[in-house]
Amino acid sequence: MSGRLLVRGGRIVDPSQGIDTVGDVLIRDGRVASVSLEGQEEIALQGITILEASGLVVSPGFIDLHCHLREPGSEEKETIATGSLAAVNGGFTTLCVMPNTDPPLDTAPLIQFLRQRAKEVGLARLLPIACITRGRAGQRLVEMGELVEAGAVGFSDDGDPVEDPFLMRMALMYSAPLGVPIIDHCQDPSLTQGGQIHEGWVASRLGLKGMPSAGEEVMAARDIELAALTGGHIHLAHISTSGTLDLVRNARSRGVVVTAEVTPQHLFLSEEAVLGQVLEVGEADPYAPLTPFAYDTRAKVNPPLRPRQDVQALIHGLQAGAIDAIATDHAPHNLVDKACPFDEAAFGISILETGVGMLLSLVARGALDLSTVVRHLTIGPARVMGPRWSQFGTLKPGAVGDVTIFDPDEKWIVNTDDFASRGKNSPLEGQTLQGRVVATVVGGRIVHDRSGIARGPR
Amino acid sequence: MLNDMDQHDSSTVIETKRMNPTCPDNQRSHVLDLDDFRTEEINALFDSARAMLEVLERGVKKVPTLRGKTVFTLFYEPSTRTRISFETAGKLLSADVINISESTSSVGKGESFLDTVLTLQATQADVLVVRHPHSGAPYFASRNLNRTSVINAGDGTHAHPTQALLDLFTIEQRLGSIQGKRVVIVGDIAHSRVARSNLWGLVHLGAHVVLSGPSTLMPWDLLEGREKRPGHPFADVEVEMNLDKAISEADVVMALRLQRERQDFGLLPSLREYARLWQVDASRLSRAKNSALLMHPGPMNEGIEVSPEAAHGAQSKIEEQVTNGVAIRMALLLAITPRLEG
Repeated sequence: MSGRLLVRGGRIVDPSQGIDTVGDVLIRDGRVASVSLEGQEEIALQGITILEASGLVVSPGFIDLHCHLREPGSEEKETIATGSLAAVNGGFTTLCVMPNTDPPLDTAPLIQFLRQRAKEVGLARLLPIACITRGRAGQRLVEMGELVEAGAVGFSDDGDPVEDPFLMRMALMYSAPLGVPIIDHCQDPSLTQGGQIHEGWVASRLGLKGMPSAGEEVMAARDIELAALTGGHIHLAHISTSGTLDLVRNARSRGVVVTAEVTPQHLFLSEEAVLGQVLEVGEADPYAPLTPFAYDTRAKVNPPLRPRQDVQALIHGLQAGAIDAIATDHAPHNLVDKACPFDEAAFGISILETGVGMLLSLVARGALDLSTVVRHLTIGPARVMGPRWSQFGTLKPGAVGDVTIFDPDEKWIVNTDDFASRGKNSPLEGQTLQGRVVATVVGGRIVHDRSGIARGPR
Repeated sequence: MLNDMDQHDSSTVIETKRMNPTCPDNQRSHVLDLDDFRTEEINALFDSARAMLEVLERGVKKVPTLRGKTVFTLFYEPSTRTRISFETAGKLLSADVINISESTSSVGKGESFLDTVLTLQATQADVLVVRHPHSGAPYFASRNLNRTSVINAGDGTHAHPTQALLDLFTIEQRLGSIQGKRVVIVGDIAHSRVARSNLWGLVHLGAHVVLSGPSTLMPWDLLEGREKRPGHPFADVEVEMNLDKAISEADVVMALRLQRERQDFGLLPSLREYARLWQVDASRLSRAKNSALLMHPGPMNEGIEVSPEAAHGAQSKIEEQVTNGVAIRMALLLAITPRLEG
């Protein structure tokens, strides 16, 4: 990428450098050239593209450690093209995609195919995660060395845990020298099989089979001990309970290499969303009679939405630095996958286009700091991916020229018709959010500019 | 259903774009569970059901009230008494009753539940009686229909409101009132839609409810925080796992059907032990009041949750429940079917 792009006059928030000041970001040849604070530096404006960011927040491009773009195999739900557009509209410049496609991403050619497709689409950067086991069958390890050479940034059988503890031990040992994390979807199948939502009052009220918090915690505890045993890097995907958070804190204090992510939905919504009542935490009356809107399949997600106490604990844990990253677990589905009785509905929320708005709404409400949110979308996930990715999630000179520009104050109403994603499955439909992405830059190229803040040659 | 694509599109819009529930005046449009029934509404239904009992005793039992109305029964689970009870109730009111089961419909051809209920609505069905193995299916149907009323005839492990209404009506008929009565529910409460709907109804009408059964079959989450949290609907529900103690001085004993799978899935050590500790038999029943009623929603596993002597003894009201079931379903059909006066 040749040419220059100047993001002018925004409030630059870059937690990797501890920056929170008004200034300009200059991107040259696809890389960050300089960050000049409060106009210290004169920049020749001739032939330059300018993004007028005054009144807006400018941060390193957001990294999503965990999303499902469904290609190959379920292109009716999402494709690399639609998912990437949804991502940049939602402020994400880098996507780590999960391998539970059809076929699953367990060989180098599949990884190369995905990278090739993303290049053709030319929007977000796409970093594939490969399966831990061949065919995600939980039996034999994939050829990890070759997959990392092909561009895999981590390994996961996401959607399912690695049930066999011996296999998990081998995965952690084998991958450790490769410098990539093993990402586990922590869930003990014998405790969660057939479960629809969190096990508790709401599940019991609705007569739905529950998934107890212990189902996640039992597996997280096992993974942590195996990481301690092997010295490997375990990354716990979408943690959802206060108990798991305690396990992570405790393990870190012992020096175990464990990182963890949390999703916007588990920070923003509680189990009552399934009742079809008011969505925001703290506003539902759990004892009210059910209405025809109960059994809201749009709020069916795995891991399930948890009670308010867990939501509060996760928010506090994030603020206190006990969680490394926020990842979306974007899981697009068709209408027919959700327009059915609850037990028959698919798990997942289409969230790339509302995730940042949900997080910024938590900031507007005073639950989270802006810098905490930005940190966990930038330098946080970059560090989880490992030292090879030190050019990501930061605006240091030489870093990738990826920038997300957002308005933390803009109020907007979620309308799934406006989603670029094929998945319209969002429980946020009709909700008002505060905070919205305005423009997105990938490698110095403007890939999203919602309100036309760009000036000059494009 | 290619020719119904337009209709499908509009319904799926409803699924993503939730509209406000339409609730014109105070007419109830659906019967989904008893949680949203007020005491007055239940009492009015009982009055109506008493009138229906009189109709049932006539030489010619048929009345023309619902002539020209169509009632569909859509059953995705096998059922004898509930389906036949609805069919009888509809026919005695002169409605046209059409029965659909999984084996006789497009359901077997892979048609979705949504398409099936939309198709039935398009035939101008007035009432759709739904039995479904998945909790909440009638709620899903009701929010996607705007011209057809839905009656929940049992959904998964969630609710069975018409069974609960007939149980409550049977108690009221026999004991005069439900207020203050000690009602013991025994067995697999955690997985029983009958017990859940009865809980709501009994609590609304002021009964003292006692739950008894093995700990693995207790609805602990439903009761959680009941002593502490204000507004908990089951604040006064008692749990007494020892049936001999629970049944003492009872006015009503409700035995629930024990699914044999509970043993296979490891929730119970054995049916033998279950019967030893929680079977309602003559000697246990003798600890209850002399006037106590023994009830069971059927079908019974005689020798497991109830002994044959008790099931067929003088205190058993099990057959009466069936008759009352027809009357209460007639009353419900009358209450939710809008019709011209006169």
